[in-house]
Amino acid sequence: MNKMPLSNRLFMLLGFFFLYAPILSLVIFSFNESRLVTVWGGFSLKWYGEMFRNDSLLSAAGLSFKIAFLAATLAVVLGTVAGFVLARFGRFKGKSLFAGLTTAPMVMPEVIVGLSMLLLFVSLQSSLGCSVEDPQGLVGRLGCWAFGERGMITIWIGHTTLCMAYVAVLVQSRLKELDRSLEDAAMDLGCHPFKVFFVITIPVIAPALVSGWLLSFTLSLDDYVLTAFLSGPGSTTMPQWIFSSVRIGPTPEVNALATVIIVVVTVFVVISNRLMLSAQARRDKAMQAAFAGKH
Amino acid sequence: MKKWLSKFLPGGRSGVIAVPYLWLLFFFVLPFFFVLKISFAEPDISQPPYTPLMTHEDSKTTITLNTSKYTTILDEVKSFGTTSWSEAAEQSQYVIAYWNAIKLAFFTMVFTLLIGYPLAYNIARASEATRNTLLMLVMIPFWTSFLLRVYAWIGILKDNGIINNLLLGMGLIDAPLQMLYTPFSVLIGMVYNYLPFMILPLYAHLTKLDSRLFEAAADLGASKWTTFFQITLPLSKAGIIAGCMMVFIPAVGEYVIPALLGGGDVVFIGNKLMDDFGPNLDWPQASAVAVVMLALLIAPIVWFQRFEQKQQEAA
Repeated sequence: MNKMPLSNRLFMLLGFFFLYAPILSLVIFSFNESRLVTVWGGFSLKWYGEMFRNDSLLSAAGLSFKIAFLAATLAVVLGTVAGFVLARFGRFKGKSLFAGLTTAPMVMPEVIVGLSMLLLFVSLQSSLGCSVEDPQGLVGRLGCWAFGERGMITIWIGHTTLCMAYVAVLVQSRLKELDRSLEDAAMDLGCHPFKVFFVITIPVIAPALVSGWLLSFTLSLDDYVLTAFLSGPGSTTMPQWIFSSVRIGPTPEVNALATVIIVVVTVFVVISNRLMLSAQARRDKAMQAAFAGKH
Repeated sequence: MKKWLSKFLPGGRSGVIAVPYLWLLFFFVLPFFFVLKISFAEPDISQPPYTPLMTHEDSKTTITLNTSKYTTILDEVKSFGTTSWSEAAEQSQYVIAYWNAIKLAFFTMVFTLLIGYPLAYNIARASEATRNTLLMLVMIPFWTSFLLRVYAWIGILKDNGIINNLLLGMGLIDAPLQMLYTPFSVLIGMVYNYLPFMILPLYAHLTKLDSRLFEAAADLGASKWTTFFQITLPLSKAGIIAGCMMVFIPAVGEYVIPALLGGGDVVFIGNKLMDDFGPNLDWPQASAVAVVMLALLIAPIVWFQRFEQKQQEAA
């Protein structure tokens, strides 16, 4: 930042203050003795204890982590294929529609996506006859097992559709940066395209996959609107718990939860950022050396 | 035999394309047709809570389309032509909610651009070592829970919150300022939470600019501002458009921020939709609201998509 003028530095400082002041205030008031969140009543750790004894919060957090793990994993699989197709397959019939569909979930208002998915599942339920009679046949049984009742599986599908868009964009842009001669060379030497994908492409884009998985995990862990449509009775997730407790009257317990999340996220982001940067640098260097014929 | 079979089985290439394609068609495109269909139904106390469009009676199938959910919205639009605007605005529920949402999304876009552009510009022009740290500092708040970041502003803005306590303590005001549950608090929450969606596309485009251009401009005697307006701004147009659309389109349907930071006297369309879906249990009305919202947003969405694809092909 040696060349940055003073006015720019001042602006950056203000910008970062705007970004971080609210987060710092959450952390500070998590140590507040008083039940009134913003009136300081002395230092205390009691809200952390309360948080870990709150069964409704713990079970909501448990469900959220389960869904986030499943959604991030499936989103990475589907999003990687989508990103790969967009970056490496050239032209095919319906490509521009496909390209549009992959990124659309990122910008589409969540209330529209949530409502439309809900109506799909509800219509499936009634056309499969899940509530009226015993479902018939394999399709009916399988359909009703998955969509018969709103809950974990419907939320999982919703979150996956949202998250795979982000993964596809990450994978696509990483693949565009990369030299494809390594893949071409393997193909020329008679390697099957599937093998090239698993042996060369996947390891090369691994950093993008890791960040895609982490981003999907946090997006899913955080989602309120889609879940509000897709969850049924008995499937309360952590964002729903936070939303209702903020509406009813928040206690420093929410701040304690926020602090835990902030600390975990910061540690994860910093560590994975360091690891990814060094891995990427090593790989780029190795590839350069390989193409230059030096070993 | 093998040849005959391969006619019906997808080849490796189309098989790979089919997996994400079918997922998106089934779980993202198909659902919109159900929204369209149910917007022509009527609410009903049954499971599911709306009437079927098709009824079978004496082996005759009749289709009834109920357009009343759209006429509710349309009549409100018409009332703006017949009565005075303030009166029409007072009596309308949906039109005013759409208008408020579009206004909010527009101002969110403008303010995120005004704050985000200088931040992205300075990060992109920083030395390589600091660039990564600065970008990470921008991203960390984005990775922490969105809901909790909205909640943080309640503590800052409320009557006995941080700002009011500070101002009262310094003796600058006698009574707490009403900041929470106003349009101001909704806007500040929106700008705060949508800022990363503006910064990232801007940064991605600004960082690609060739620094030799700036050197050349300086060598030719251009001032800093001339360089900015003649070179940087036009070359980052793509980033500005991408960032603005990434903020504006989803902001129109925002629900959580107005629900937590808004007072309820200013209604936005996302909240109206959730009310019709939840408390009012009028799913056909909620669907009609969604269809109209999509119709309003289809132009910016298509524009954004066209633009992104052109960018990707150019890259």
